[in-house]
Amino acid sequence: MCCPGCEAVAQAIAGRGLSDYYRLRDAVSGRMASTSADDRLPDDLSVYDSLALQSRFVREVAPEHVPDAAGPGPVQHEADLLLEGIRCTACVWLVEQTLARVPGVVRVDVNYASRRARVRWDSSRSPFSRLIAAVRAVGYRAWPFEASRAALIDRSERTAALWRLFVAGFGMMQVMMYALPVYIADAGSMSADIEQLMRWAGLVLTVPVMLYSAAPFFRGAWRDLQRRSLGMDVPVALGIGVAFAASAWSTLAGHGAVYFDSVAMFVFLLLAGRFLELLARQHAARALQHLARLVPETAHRITGGGSVETIPVALLKPGERVEVRPGETIPADGPLESAQAMVSEALLTGEARPVHKRSGAAMIGGSVNAGSPFTMRIERVGGETALSAIVRLMERATSERPRWLDLSQRAAGWFVIAILACALASGLAWAWIDSSRALWIAVSVLIVTCPCALSLALPVAMTVATGELARGGLVATRGHTIGSLAEATDVVFDKTGTLTLGRMGLLETVIFASRDTAGSLALAGTIGRGSEHPAARALAEAAEAAGICDPEESGDVRSEPGMGMEALIGGHRFRLGRAGFVAALHGLPAPVAWVHTRDTTVWLGDERGWIAAFRLGDRVRPGAGEAISILRAMGLRIHLLSGDDPAVAARLAAELVIAAVSGGATPAEKLAYVKALQHAGARVAMVGDGVNDAPVLAQADVSIALRGGSDLAQVRADAVLLSDSPMDLARAVRLAQCARAVVRQNLAWALGYNLIVLPLAFSGLVTPLIAGIGMSSSSLLVVLNALRLRARHGR
Amino acid sequence: MDILYLLIPLSVVLVLLVGVVFWYALKSGQLEDLEGPALAIIADDDKPPAGR
Repeated sequence: MCCPGCEAVAQAIAGRGLSDYYRLRDAVSGRMASTSADDRLPDDLSVYDSLALQSRFVREVAPEHVPDAAGPGPVQHEADLLLEGIRCTACVWLVEQTLARVPGVVRVDVNYASRRARVRWDSSRSPFSRLIAAVRAVGYRAWPFEASRAALIDRSERTAALWRLFVAGFGMMQVMMYALPVYIADAGSMSADIEQLMRWAGLVLTVPVMLYSAAPFFRGAWRDLQRRSLGMDVPVALGIGVAFAASAWSTLAGHGAVYFDSVAMFVFLLLAGRFLELLARQHAARALQHLARLVPETAHRITGGGSVETIPVALLKPGERVEVRPGETIPADGPLESAQAMVSEALLTGEARPVHKRSGAAMIGGSVNAGSPFTMRIERVGGETALSAIVRLMERATSERPRWLDLSQRAAGWFVIAILACALASGLAWAWIDSSRALWIAVSVLIVTCPCALSLALPVAMTVATGELARGGLVATRGHTIGSLAEATDVVFDKTGTLTLGRMGLLETVIFASRDTAGSLALAGTIGRGSEHPAARALAEAAEAAGICDPEESGDVRSEPGMGMEALIGGHRFRLGRAGFVAALHGLPAPVAWVHTRDTTVWLGDERGWIAAFRLGDRVRPGAGEAISILRAMGLRIHLLSGDDPAVAARLAAELVIAAVSGGATPAEKLAYVKALQHAGARVAMVGDGVNDAPVLAQADVSIALRGGSDLAQVRADAVLLSDSPMDLARAVRLAQCARAVVRQNLAWALGYNLIVLPLAFSGLVTPLIAGIGMSSSSLLVVLNALRLRARHGR
Repeated sequence: MDILYLLIPLSVVLVLLVGVVFWYALKSGQLEDLEGPALAIIADDDKPPAGR
């Protein structure tokens, strides 16, 4: 018995005559125990010992003394394990004890709340896989836990900021306790000794605030000075530095005024503003990171024998087959093996409705199974997947500094010089007027006019907008994308394929017999269902989409290559296909369905005569017409440039009400067209497929590529429309315009604030309290204004 | 009034002490798992596990 608890349970079981439990249990678990004896490892676990894999979740740590060993082990490692099956503290205890008994293990900490175990062990005595095997041997499952790097950095940043804030707040409150008696005491009622003691106490408590809490300001200012530029930290550091130095000097000298309370309060308010700003920034950046976190931790691999085992996604190899259960996330890219599946690619494309996929269709890692379980083959893993290509593109966009960002930073630099000059001037001026207030007014000027809001105005809005665009299905791949998109005056659709689905669909039906349209379509769908021919597929899909296809009914279908299909349903012979093929069944001349058409026409008939004709062709993407009218309502001019047959382009343009259309254009003509537009002062946004027509896309001010099956890694465009939906394009343009508006509001506010506040501070009307609050809330307001972009378009 | 000469420095020391104790508690992970240790005390592990 392992513990009194077990003993009590065992007695209760035996006492009620349930001893059979043990016989049954041993029969099942005995097998398990024998295969997972300490020294033998299941084959699949040994992969954890590969160094390349281990580098992702095992850390080398400084050796710690081991009580029972001869000395500290040569190398010690630490890893976090994610535990499955932990239900109560007894489980925690069991896992802890089991791990602690593995040779070489120095320390085990199991966290009940997060279900994680941190193990530190001597890797020369036990390989990592033995830890996992030990946990498995007692019936739990353990995975190496790999925290996302970005999440870790976020967390440590937040903790550090909170600590600085705590120290500053704590110091501020206590310093105020020492400052208050001095303020309220009548002259002479407090002895000089006590007053001096109060000053020293204030000094002692302000030192940690200055050295620890205010360190980021000083460090930032020092870094700026080293780079011979003036950032927003310079005036802040100078302000609190001067105030503290003057107060400390007064304390040491034993006379003069001290302002330790004000210094601590400054630091606290500035830090509080920065902390809120940090939270808002991380909140906004999370939209960018959420893509990287879409890949699940584990996958269900189907082994050669047909059984299913759970393994970490990192161990998946191309060529393997996995099972994806309902509600689970697809672990990597590859074709579907099951007959069909419903998947939601919402997190990737912003489209919430599940997509229907057939056998062989490409499944994208990160999308969610919204239907029944299916199996798929893995083709690309890790860094080669579409998801990681998108993440890389987005990282490039965020790491690129757009020109105007540098410009605003430089403007802030000049601003700082102006502030320093103003502060110096006000200090000197007040030294003439009232020397006791000179220092404070100079410091207030420094703090209150700090251009923090000015330098935050742009980057925060851009971060939020980039994340928001990605949620809506448009991934910006360059730093300038949003700015250029907002300024676009003309949208040029390159190729008709950007507005059409690019595959055959049912356009029109004409009926000749007594059957109605729906009945004819249902019949055609039933006949065409089994075929792989695009026309038959289009009819079957149309019938399915209309919900009129009878899944039960299926006749004896025979296909005649190049001609059509013949089916025997309910004793009647039906033919679907070319006019001649169908006419051969009844011998009647073909009626006139359409006078002029370049589209494919499929005929349906039986022994008695013609039933219906279906016109099939490329269909307009859903939402394209609406998107174009929205874009036009926003004041953009729409153009369609197409290399296709001019008649096809013209018909599409007529359907979508596009005035400027040019069919049959060669790449050189397209380039000339875009150049001519730009020459006339237009800012051109080009929508293309992103791989061909590179010169035209490069010539445009901003280029948007459709995902459309093209290789994401090859995309040269400034943005990729993942959802392929024109509506998302319209939304993206609107969002970009909103982002531009927000940036303008922010800049206006930041400049306006400084212009109003400067004369007030100059004239001594701004107390240190107002200066601290004013500056913090000004930069916070800018951040909140940027977050509004999220709320407005938020889902 | 003389007692103030003792009390004021004492209050400074106390403030610093409180700060240090809180820092230590946070740093050593005492606030990370608020549930487990309360239940772990019930576990009967008198025998020290091997390797500790």
